[in-house]
Amino acid sequence: MKLYLSLITTLLFIIFSTTACGGGEADQNEQPEVQQNTAESDELSQFELDNGIGPITEEIEISDEIDREKAKRGFETYDMKCAACHRMETRLVGPPLADITERRSPEFIMNFILNPVENTRKHPVGQELLQEYMMQMTFQDVSEEEAREILEYFRHVNETGQEVL
Amino acid sequence: MKSNKIRLVTGSILLMLTVMILYSCSTQTDVMGTQNAASKVYVAPGEYDEYYAFLSGGYNGQMSVWGLPSGRMFKNISVFSQYPETGYGYSEETKPLLQSSYGFIPWDDSHHPNFSRTNSTPDGRWIFINANNTPRVARIDLTSFETQEIIELPNTGGNHASSFVTENTEYIIGATRFSIPYDADLDVPIDSYKENFDGAFTFIGVDPESGRMSIDFQIKMPPYHYDIGKAGMGVSSDWVFFTTYNTEQAHSLLEVTASEFDKDYIVAVNWKKAEEYVNAGNGEIIDTEYYHNYRTEHNPMAVSDIINKVKLIDPADVPGMIYLLPTPKSPHGVDVDPTGEYLVAGGKLATTIPVHSFSKMLDAIENERFADYDSGIPILEYESTIAGEVENPGLGPLHTEFDNEGNAYTSVYISSEIVKWSLSDFTVSDRIDSYYSIGHLLITGGDTPNPDKKYMLGLTKTARDRFLPVGPKQLHPAQLYDISGDKMELILDFPTYGEPHYAQAIAANKLNLNAKQIYSLSDNEHPQATKRPRDVRIERDGNEVRVYMTSIRSHFTPDNIEGIKVGDTVYFHITNVEQDWDMVHGFAIKGMENSEILFAPGETKTIKWEPKRTGIYPFYCTAFCSALHQEMQGYVRVSAADSDVQLTWGTGE
Repeated sequence: MKLYLSLITTLLFIIFSTTACGGGEADQNEQPEVQQNTAESDELSQFELDNGIGPITEEIEISDEIDREKAKRGFETYDMKCAACHRMETRLVGPPLADITERRSPEFIMNFILNPVENTRKHPVGQELLQEYMMQMTFQDVSEEEAREILEYFRHVNETGQEVL
Repeated sequence: MKSNKIRLVTGSILLMLTVMILYSCSTQTDVMGTQNAASKVYVAPGEYDEYYAFLSGGYNGQMSVWGLPSGRMFKNISVFSQYPETGYGYSEETKPLLQSSYGFIPWDDSHHPNFSRTNSTPDGRWIFINANNTPRVARIDLTSFETQEIIELPNTGGNHASSFVTENTEYIIGATRFSIPYDADLDVPIDSYKENFDGAFTFIGVDPESGRMSIDFQIKMPPYHYDIGKAGMGVSSDWVFFTTYNTEQAHSLLEVTASEFDKDYIVAVNWKKAEEYVNAGNGEIIDTEYYHNYRTEHNPMAVSDIINKVKLIDPADVPGMIYLLPTPKSPHGVDVDPTGEYLVAGGKLATTIPVHSFSKMLDAIENERFADYDSGIPILEYESTIAGEVENPGLGPLHTEFDNEGNAYTSVYISSEIVKWSLSDFTVSDRIDSYYSIGHLLITGGDTPNPDKKYMLGLTKTARDRFLPVGPKQLHPAQLYDISGDKMELILDFPTYGEPHYAQAIAANKLNLNAKQIYSLSDNEHPQATKRPRDVRIERDGNEVRVYMTSIRSHFTPDNIEGIKVGDTVYFHITNVEQDWDMVHGFAIKGMENSEILFAPGETKTIKWEPKRTGIYPFYCTAFCSALHQEMQGYVRVSAADSDVQLTWGTGE
């Protein structure tokens, strides 16, 4: 009997699945934007390869002189949102940052702060960092302006060695 | 071999028969019907539902959030009961929310959620819900979906007829279900009911900006029992309505003694007029005691105010404010149609559904068609307000909701069905079974001036054989119906959480874009927040130790603590410094006699710990947060009370 039952079930399934109705389209509700963790293997542009993936899509203007006020604001954000995982001279959860402005372009630093998930998924440098540190860097709700201030703080630290402003 | 052959032949015949039956007309329709229903409730992976539905938790004291039409549950909102999963009612931030004039109450029975309204239409700011047992009303913020405030109702013995909201959220109404003496400590014989017991209606004001609630005034009522209420809308928006039972004023075996009278009442209260009386200085201030517990958007630490006075008005002193509409047989529900003209009563023991007319009521008041008075309140003649009676509605009609084409849908408990009837001629046009024994029902927008004619949710009391059985006690089901056509159609049957009494639904796009993704660290005003790693510290004040801790993937700071002693009271104030949506951490420590706590991104929570024995206590993150989640842990060393181990702490040092 088991055999017949399974045959019937199969048949039922076929009939059901081939007579599927169109049905009403569900109303599309607006969905908030979420950083998707999809691993697309899109080809990166030369700019992205050099400067990371994110909202900074062209070279930013940086004056030689460091804006101390901007750096101070950058320190305040860094102190609250980044210092749990980073030290300047030593590795903690993430890499040391005292020399970060020597190792990466300003645009790369900002893009990595603003868009860490996509960079660790798609950018070769990000992929390498994730493998090395085994911890996904988190987006800390930092605005573009704040990221620019943090960059200024990194420049300040690199030049003066002064970590607390 | 022979039997196998026979089996094969029989099998082929069976198969052919099945195919023939399947392709015959009627069965084809059934198959299409099932698929049709399936496609109506199917929400593809990654897509959103059309509606949020908020279902009361009944005896679990909470409220749950669901999607319609899929029937998927999104969240349990802790309201009146402790919830060890998140630490609600255990954390220092939330314990004050559950304080009352009767002490700390870890549980209640939550009944009727109601949205804040603008022009009687849900505006997506807050949702309120009542506690029936120790009478209270809570306000839940609809950006965080968390309870922000709970206010106690004085002079009330069970707040059932609540938390219904007037036209522009001027008031939330409440009423005593069980009349009691106003003096909470009055020690009198129960059979002195008629001398010493009183009823009370409560009008809770709501601040239009902050949502902060206050008991603005109460109305002294005869010692009836008050069942449920509704706010008027449209033509009746200045009024609220309550049902009564036990107008017999019995105090024992109410099952029999409170069903003696042929008619009880619907009470109509002109709240605008009551407000005018209050503003003009009428009424008296009486002594009482109740708690008002609240927190603010950016400071999750709740505080309790104890209030000792309430304004009370007696209808005998102020005419034109309250009227009684005789209504058959202990009416349960009173529901107002979208125009505000019809008041539909659910006489739970009646054989018809009486429908009162609001305009006829105003005429009857104008022409003083009073049959009698009780406690100075005019009783209108039954014939003077009744617009019609719906015949053959089934046995035990309870609650009614409406669509946008002049139809009413009434839940009928004893005969376990929903009947659809017309507001133009009061005749039944359709009926459909519920599984089993329906209580409340919900139509999206069905209690507003602009209902939809799309989905109806029936909230039923017993599941019996509907789902895979799980023993003698099962979850309460809900059934979703498509009401877009002439005939109601059952399209989904799913188990719910707790015992949903009433429910509310709102279009998804009114809430989803406002839902918080994180608590902003910069805005965090918790007095014990640790927003920067440099502020991590431990402070001792006598036997009280406060640990100011942070969490981020995947470590606590500090994670090694020494110098705690037996006899200490330790507070862990933990701030989750993540700022990424849904990145939650948790905290639990061995031997904790309290709950764990979960903290959302940017949130600070506190849990109290009183270690009783010396030793090494591991603690860890209870929410799987990253690939190195297992490493997210720490140790506390607890030494003897007289030890001289110094207080030290650190992470990775």
